[in-house]
Amino acid sequence: MALLDVVDLHTSFFTRSGVVRAVDGVSFHVNPRETLGIVGESGCGKSVTALSILRLVSQPGRVVSGQILFEGQDLLKYTDRQILDARWKKIAMIFQDPMTSLNPVMPIGRQIQEALTLHLGLSQTQAKKRSAELLGLVGIPEAHKRLDAYPHQFSGGMRQRVMIAMALSCGPQMLIADEPTTALDVTIQAQIVNLVKQLRDEFGMAILWITHDLGLLAGLADRMMVMYAGHVVEEASAEDLYLDPRHPYTLGLLGSLPRLDNRGAKRLYSIEGMPPDLVSPPPGCPFMPRCGHAVARCAQERPELQTFIPNHRAACWVDVTGKAEIIPG
Amino acid sequence: MPVSETLLEVRDLKIHFPIHSGIIKRRTGTIKAVDGVSFDIQKGETLGLVGESGCGKTTTGWAVLQLHKPTTGEIVFNGENLTKASSGQLLKMRRHMQMIFQDPGASLNPRMTIGEIISEPLNVHHLASGSKRQERVSYLLEKVGLNPAFINRYPHQFSGGQRQRIGIARALAVEPEFIVCDEPISALDVSIQAQIINLLQDLQAQFKLTFLFIAHDLSVVRHISNRVAVMYLGKIVEIANRDNLYESPRHPYTQALLSAVPIPDPVKERKRQHIVLGGDLPSPANPPAGCHFHTRCPLVMEKCKAAEPPLVSIGPGHQVACFKVSDP
Repeated sequence: MALLDVVDLHTSFFTRSGVVRAVDGVSFHVNPRETLGIVGESGCGKSVTALSILRLVSQPGRVVSGQILFEGQDLLKYTDRQILDARWKKIAMIFQDPMTSLNPVMPIGRQIQEALTLHLGLSQTQAKKRSAELLGLVGIPEAHKRLDAYPHQFSGGMRQRVMIAMALSCGPQMLIADEPTTALDVTIQAQIVNLVKQLRDEFGMAILWITHDLGLLAGLADRMMVMYAGHVVEEASAEDLYLDPRHPYTLGLLGSLPRLDNRGAKRLYSIEGMPPDLVSPPPGCPFMPRCGHAVARCAQERPELQTFIPNHRAACWVDVTGKAEIIPG
Repeated sequence: MPVSETLLEVRDLKIHFPIHSGIIKRRTGTIKAVDGVSFDIQKGETLGLVGESGCGKTTTGWAVLQLHKPTTGEIVFNGENLTKASSGQLLKMRRHMQMIFQDPGASLNPRMTIGEIISEPLNVHHLASGSKRQERVSYLLEKVGLNPAFINRYPHQFSGGQRQRIGIARALAVEPEFIVCDEPISALDVSIQAQIINLLQDLQAQFKLTFLFIAHDLSVVRHISNRVAVMYLGKIVEIANRDNLYESPRHPYTQALLSAVPIPDPVKERKRQHIVLGGDLPSPANPPAGCHFHTRCPLVMEKCKAAEPPLVSIGPGHQVACFKVSDP
C-alpha cells in the first residue's frame, strides 16, 4: 500500500483579480521508502501541492477538494490538534530558506527540544541529550557545544542541517523537501543532498523532493513527476523520464538545459513564450500555446494523464516518442 | 582567421573593503573581496568567471567597469588604463562597455517606460534624438525579441525573462564592444534561461560582442564560454580553455566544483564519483593562511598551510594555482 496517496487535489487562491487554480486536480502516490521528485517552474503548483499535504496553505488560499490519504487516513479530515501532531511524527517538511522557518531569537537547541518535549513527551534532560544527538547526526561539529547558538550564528548550509535535525526529531515516516538546496552554493548543495540520502537509507524514510532543478533529481529520485500550470503532465520512473520523456514540456525542459557533460557547441532548445495565466487558463491543454507538437485537438480538450507504457503516464494527445529536443549527452 | 587582439587586461586587481565597527566606527578589519586577480579577454570571446558566493566574481566584474574603485591594480581597456582615467574619459569609455545585471526587476527604474529606459543611454552619450531615437529603440526591442508596440509600457508589466530582454536592449543601445553579464539568468526559470542564453549568443555573433560572463552555474558557463576562470576567496585558482577546464581540470577545487554539479541523466549520475567537500567557505575577512583552499582541500599537504601557491602555466593558456600540480 502507498504511504501517501493524494487524490484529485484542488487548491485555489481566492484573490481580488480572480480565482487562481494553483493546483488543479493533482493525483499521485508515494510508496514507503521511496523518493518521489516533483519538478516544475515557478507557479506550476509544486510548492502549493506540498503545503496542501500538511494543510499549511494560508489565506487567501484553500484546499477546495480532494483527499490526502496518509496510511489510508485522510489528513484533510484531521482535527487541528491531530494535524499538528502528524506534521512532526508522520510527515516533516524542510524549506528553501531555513532562516524564515527557524526562530531567530531562540537558541537552536531549545527549538529542537520544544518539539521533542511537546510531541514525544520527553523530559527536559532527555530532550537536551537527544537534540545534541540529532545535531551530531546531521553533521554539525561539536554539536553539544552548539545547542546554545542562535540561527544567525550558522552559515546557510549549517542552518539547513539544523532544519533537517528538527525535521527528523520525531521520527517521521516521510520528509517533504521544498527546494532545500536552491539558496545554497553547489558544493554545499552536494553536502546536503548526500546527507539526506544517507539519512533516508538509515531511517527508511520516504521523501517528496520538490525542485526546479532537473539535474539535481537525477541522482536522487526513484520516480519523477513533472508539473505545469497546476497539472501533472508526466509521471514515470526517473530513468524513463530522463531518457524516454513522453510529454513535449518535459522534452523541452531537458533540451533547454545546458549540460556539464555536453561540449555545448549546439544551440539550446528553447520553449518559447510563457506559462499561462492561472486565473483564466486556456480551454485546451495548458501547454498548447508553447508546444511545437500541438494538433487541433489540443486547443479544445485538455488531455488527461494516460499510460504510454507501464508505469509511465503523460498528459498529451500526441505521441512524441524519440523526438529531437533532447541533446544527447 | 583573424589574429586575436586583446580587448581587456586586468593586472593584479585588488579590492579591499574596510570593516567598521563600534560606536565611533573604527576600522577593525578588511574584507579582501578580490585579492590579486589577473586575466585578459580577447576581442570577440566570452570569458566565463565562476565561483561560489563571496568568491569575488561579481566584485571583479564591477571593478572592470570601474563601478568599484580598485584598491590596487590596473584595468586596461583597448589600450587605455581605466584606473587612471578622469571621470570625463571614463564616461566616454563606458560607451564601449556595458553591463547586464542579475535582477532585471531591481535594475530597471519602475517609473520609467521601457522606451525611456532604453533611450537613456542614447541621451547620456548624445547618440540619437527625436525620431532617430524612437527608431533606434524600436530596432533594439525587435532585436531582443520584444514587440516594439510595448514601448510605452512600464517594467512591472513584463515577466522576468522579458525584463531581462529590456536590460539587454539597454546595454546594446550604445553599440558597446564589451558587456559584463553578471549572473544574467540565475533569477529566471529553466525554460526562460535557454531563451536568454540563445539571445545572448545570437547578439554576440551579430554585433561581434565580447563578454565577461559571471555565473555560479558551471553547466551554463560551459555552454557559453570560450575560456573559463575559477575563483575561490578572491583569487583565480585555475584558468583555461573551456574544454581543457571541463575535461581535465587540475585544481582540486575545480575538480570538486565540477563533480558537485548534477547531470540530468540517472544512469550517468549513478556511475559518477562525487567529491564532496567538507566544511563551509571561510570568511573573506579572515581567509586561511597559505592556500585559501587548504581548509577544505582533499589533497592538502603541509606546505599548503604555510605558503600561497602561485598561478603557474601548465600548458597553452592553462594556469593553475596549486602546489600539487606545480611542485608536488
